Amino acid sequence: MTRFILQRLAETLLVLLLMSFVIYGLIGLMPGDPIDLMLTADPKLTTADVARLKALQGLDQPLVDRYVHWLSAALQGDFGYSRSQSLPVWQVVVPRLWNTILLMGLSLVIALAIAIPAGVQAAARPGSLTDNLINLSAFAGMSVPLFWLAILMLMLFSVHLRVLPASGTFSVGADGIADRARHLIMPVLSLTLVTVGAHLRYVRSAMTEALRQDFIRTAQAKGVSRGRLLYGHALRNAMIPFVTVLALEFGTLFSGALIVEQIFAYLGMGKTIYDAVAGNDYNLAMVSLLLSTAVVLLSNLAADLAYAWLDPRITYR
Amino acid sequence: MTTPRADAETLPAAGLRQPLGAPRLRRTVRQRLLSHPLAVASAALLLALALLVLAVPLIGMALGVDSETPNLLTRMQAPSSAHWLGTDELGRDLLMRLLEGGRVSLGIGLIIAVAAAVIGTLIGLTAGYFGGRTDALLMRLTDGIIALPRLPLLIVLAALDVTKLGLPEQWAHSPLLGFWRIAVIITLVGWTTVARLVRGATLSLREREFVRAALALGARPARIMFVHILPNLAGPIIVATTLSVGNIILAESVLSFLGFGIQPPMASWGNMLTNAQEMMWSAPMLAVWPGVLIFATVISCNFLGDGLQDALDPRA
Repeated sequence: MTRFILQRLAETLLVLLLMSFVIYGLIGLMPGDPIDLMLTADPKLTTADVARLKALQGLDQPLVDRYVHWLSAALQGDFGYSRSQSLPVWQVVVPRLWNTILLMGLSLVIALAIAIPAGVQAAARPGSLTDNLINLSAFAGMSVPLFWLAILMLMLFSVHLRVLPASGTFSVGADGIADRARHLIMPVLSLTLVTVGAHLRYVRSAMTEALRQDFIRTAQAKGVSRGRLLYGHALRNAMIPFVTVLALEFGTLFSGALIVEQIFAYLGMGKTIYDAVAGNDYNLAMVSLLLSTAVVLLSNLAADLAYAWLDPRITYR
Repeated sequence: MTTPRADAETLPAAGLRQPLGAPRLRRTVRQRLLSHPLAVASAALLLALALLVLAVPLIGMALGVDSETPNLLTRMQAPSSAHWLGTDELGRDLLMRLLEGGRVSLGIGLIIAVAAAVIGTLIGLTAGYFGGRTDALLMRLTDGIIALPRLPLLIVLAALDVTKLGLPEQWAHSPLLGFWRIAVIITLVGWTTVARLVRGATLSLREREFVRAALALGARPARIMFVHILPNLAGPIIVATTLSVGNIILAESVLSFLGFGIQPPMASWGNMLTNAQEMMWSAPMLAVWPGVLIFATVISCNFLGDGLQDALDPRA
């Protein structure tokens, strides 16, 4: 088991290293470069100055050399300076990473708290009114554009009812958990509503499959109570395929977080990536992209390990 | 390699015991689909929408309005007999903008879905048929792409300066660039579902007697893959492609909404909502209509895909 964990961890790190090169290359293809930006700020720079500055920054080097240079600095903890925030990138990114993890975590927990019982109920009575209603709402949740839902919620709660703040992570001056929570309600709620549908359908189909198994009939014949049959026997088995597909949903969850952060001006990684790419803040874009890739890949790893832990039949070399 | 992942995709294809073209099966499939009222209604809605957006020039002539001429004197008007749904922030007819946007969104959805299905099928067939190292490499790539946070990558890809890739300058300023750029980048990440599906099904099909018989008769790999295996996969591929249209339209609309997709003045349902957030105080209906259309289109694709799945693969 330890060997399996170490192997998966090594694989994840390798993928991350590969992605850091890909992202570095992509950032290099973004419009302009740092010296071009200096040029727009100071038109008195001559072509010779530009060439000298580019040489000084190493921008005249080949891509691979620049990447190796970046990587060795990054491994020593130097991620560069954020142009737009005038702060070391690391200081910009860390608090925002926690904001995003809070947003994603809350929304995932709420989505699962809804999807698991509802999916079990739907699978327990296939074709019933409950099943159809649950199925319909799952489809609606999967099909609604998140950014539009978020705008509609803004219109309802901030413009018409005026009960929730329209944007931000916290109010200036106000401090404390209640204020943070009020700013989290709409982002978390909208993110939950669009992700819960997929979870619901996965739970339902995994449960349907589990309920077809022979051991369910045996348990039923032994007179096991309905609740224990569904949650004790069937759900435990249904969780195995469910966790597998759950792993694939973390990327979607992060994409969703980016959208709601942008609309509700919630200072998280998603908004940071958007602002950095739109504002040509290369260092910040590089680190925030890489860090969010890392978060998603590590969540995948966690789901894989949970899978191994849930299914005792699997043995690892 | 110990990848503890169940291949859920191997299941659907195994259910098809007869090629899709056989007349009796085709009739059963039609009957099963017709017994799925939501799928039928969705198909009708999508067809109606497709006809409407194709008829945009005719409708414009009939109503005497177009989607492009700004008119600052008629900004944000309420619905009237001249402008059935009112006008937008630049005084353009909202109904015509919505239909133009539908043209772009539906067009992109279809183009990308087909392109992604073709790429995914080729990769899945190759991986599943040849197996071994080819399979491991291709599936690593597929799983890697599936696992990545998609929207941030799409944003970076959409922000790239195409002249740095060596494309000519006049290309970079052409209004169609936004359209094709979106089509290419969403295709780049969109082929994975079909690839996994096709690969799983190919793995089981290549062990079947008819494939072995073809092999014994001396058929080359390409012939076996395309003539013997591929027809058996038509059902699952059609289902996955239908379901993907909805997701692609969602991806396009969010990129356009964020300003990284279809660029104004070309309309898309996504970029029509870009300004809506600022105008939700003054003109809330501008924020409602494009979203309703995205929602209706995407949910129809999903219902239709679900209905097709039940019809083509009764075991699921």
